[in-house]
Amino acid sequence: MAAFLLRRLVYLLCLVVVSTSVAYLLAATQLRPRARYEGRNPPPPVAVVDARLDELNMNDKVPVLTRYRRWGAGLLRGDLGRTIDNQPVNAEIGRRMWVSLRLVVVGAVVGTLLGVAAGAYGAVKQYQLADRVLTVSSFVILSIPAVVLGVLFKNAGIGLNNALGFKLLYTTGELTPGMDPWSAAGLVNRFAHLVLPSLVLIVIAVAFYGRYQRNAMLDVLGSDFLRTARAKGLRRSQALIKHGLRTALIPMATFFAYEFALLFVGATFTERLFGWHGMGEYFVESVTKNDINSVAGVTLFVGVLVLIAGFLSDLAYAALDPRVRV
Amino acid sequence: MTDTLQPDGGPAPGLQSGTASGSGAQAPLEDAAASRLQLVWRRFLRQRLAIAGLVVVALLFGVAYLSPYLGRWQYDQLDFTAFLEPPSASHWFGTTQNGFDVFALTMRGLQKSLVIGLLGALMATALAATVGAFAGYFGGAVNTALVTLIDLLMVLPAFLIIAILSPSFRGHTWLIFVVLLAAFQWMVTARIVRGMTLSLREREFVHAARFMGVPGWRIIFRHILPNMASLLIIDATINVSSLILAEVGLSFFGFGVQPPDVSLGTLIGDYANAALTFPWEFYFPAAFLVILVLAINLVGDGLRDAFDPNAQGHH
Repeated sequence: MAAFLLRRLVYLLCLVVVSTSVAYLLAATQLRPRARYEGRNPPPPVAVVDARLDELNMNDKVPVLTRYRRWGAGLLRGDLGRTIDNQPVNAEIGRRMWVSLRLVVVGAVVGTLLGVAAGAYGAVKQYQLADRVLTVSSFVILSIPAVVLGVLFKNAGIGLNNALGFKLLYTTGELTPGMDPWSAAGLVNRFAHLVLPSLVLIVIAVAFYGRYQRNAMLDVLGSDFLRTARAKGLRRSQALIKHGLRTALIPMATFFAYEFALLFVGATFTERLFGWHGMGEYFVESVTKNDINSVAGVTLFVGVLVLIAGFLSDLAYAALDPRVRV
Repeated sequence: MTDTLQPDGGPAPGLQSGTASGSGAQAPLEDAAASRLQLVWRRFLRQRLAIAGLVVVALLFGVAYLSPYLGRWQYDQLDFTAFLEPPSASHWFGTTQNGFDVFALTMRGLQKSLVIGLLGALMATALAATVGAFAGYFGGAVNTALVTLIDLLMVLPAFLIIAILSPSFRGHTWLIFVVLLAAFQWMVTARIVRGMTLSLREREFVHAARFMGVPGWRIIFRHILPNMASLLIIDATINVSSLILAEVGLSFFGFGVQPPDVSLGTLIGDYANAALTFPWEFYFPAAFLVILVLAINLVGDGLRDAFDPNAQGHH
């Protein structure tokens, strides 16, 4: 078991190294940080631009492999280099990942729980009205792109504010500037900012998980062990929850693991629409600003998260499925 | 809820070449295949929602490509007498700030979304079928190389990589973008195809063909892939809608279809902020997108039920 896990870890690590390297090399050859300086009027002298780009390790006159080696050497020391604005990438990621987490965590947790509940309920009530409503609405929601859903919720929120005549829900940022973030009023304000983006995430998560959970639950409902549990004298609800739902959750473990690991980067569209300065926005900005080190940093960050997710899913399996525990 | 591409895999052209070239020698098999297809088709026709979906897709196709003859304005034509006008008799869906006709833009975007979805799904499915079947059938070094490729592409974050590459296809044809989308969409299906090939490889009819001296690649296209036609067709359909959604996501951030081309994604991205003040700019393209994806998903669902009536969890 331990040997297997170790081999798996090494394999995953190799994949992270390769994917980050591919991303770095692609970014270093495709993006043009020099364009940032060429566009200025009057254009700065070439020597000055070269010196500046050399300092950032983004000079396209230096061979890619030399730059890659320098970037890799920094990485081994735990340094992801500097952004095109000469800020440390580490600090940028360190700040933004928490913004993303604060945005996503409520939506993800509530959405997952509701999704599992809705899916299990739909399976138990198969073909009844509640099930049909849930199935049809999740089918429709999954056909709507996250962007459109986000705009709909944002405008519904603004409409609600206009109807009420005061600002109940906020649609931009995570806190009204100038507020003490940890006072009672600040927390209420945070919550008012969080409602709309969280609703978007919750609706998508419920539709997505509900669909899978319903299928997983249906597979379990017809099984012999559930009948045995009932025959033993368990009440229907007890049998359904302790034996049915628990078994039906096992195939979902992978989804949950990936979802929770990718919380930090999970909501690029929502960040953009609601003006949160998180990781998703960071990545989009770094590509548009030709910021090679930031692009590579974000890719590495995502790679590590996927690696962690792989392990989390193994752990979740072990926790839910007694057969895996050795 | 992740914004990266949902790897759903995809299938279709290898499949067609397979069934087409498989004629002649095996007349009885061919009959069986035809009657099974008829059976599936009859089952499909019984599902009203799936039929409705198919009709809607066909209608959207027709409207999108006939629109240059329907409307009075072309997508690249400016009306200098109408800026930001709400829908009217002359501009059915209103106009934009520059005086573009939103109906013409939407139809142009719809064309592009349809082509991207269908073409991309075809490519992704063909790739998945070919790679999966070759890895499974030949095994050994071929298998190792292809499985490593699949693993590697699954680790690469598709959204990020396509975004990084987007400056390089700026100013070039959008076909490069479709190829890129497809290139990140086939891996999961390829794995499934590989698994199915592993078991099909040991079946008598494949052995028989092999002992008669039929080369491996021909066995794959004639005997193995036609046997998973249902999987490939269903997957291709799912791919169409996931590719359309992927295009929207990338174009929203400017990483997809590049101006002066328009797609539903670029329109939604450009006018998302106008949704409140000038709703026609946003809601018309968005509505067409949602209807299109919904219709395709209905078709996919209907196909799945028609191929596998025992499948649970639908309706």
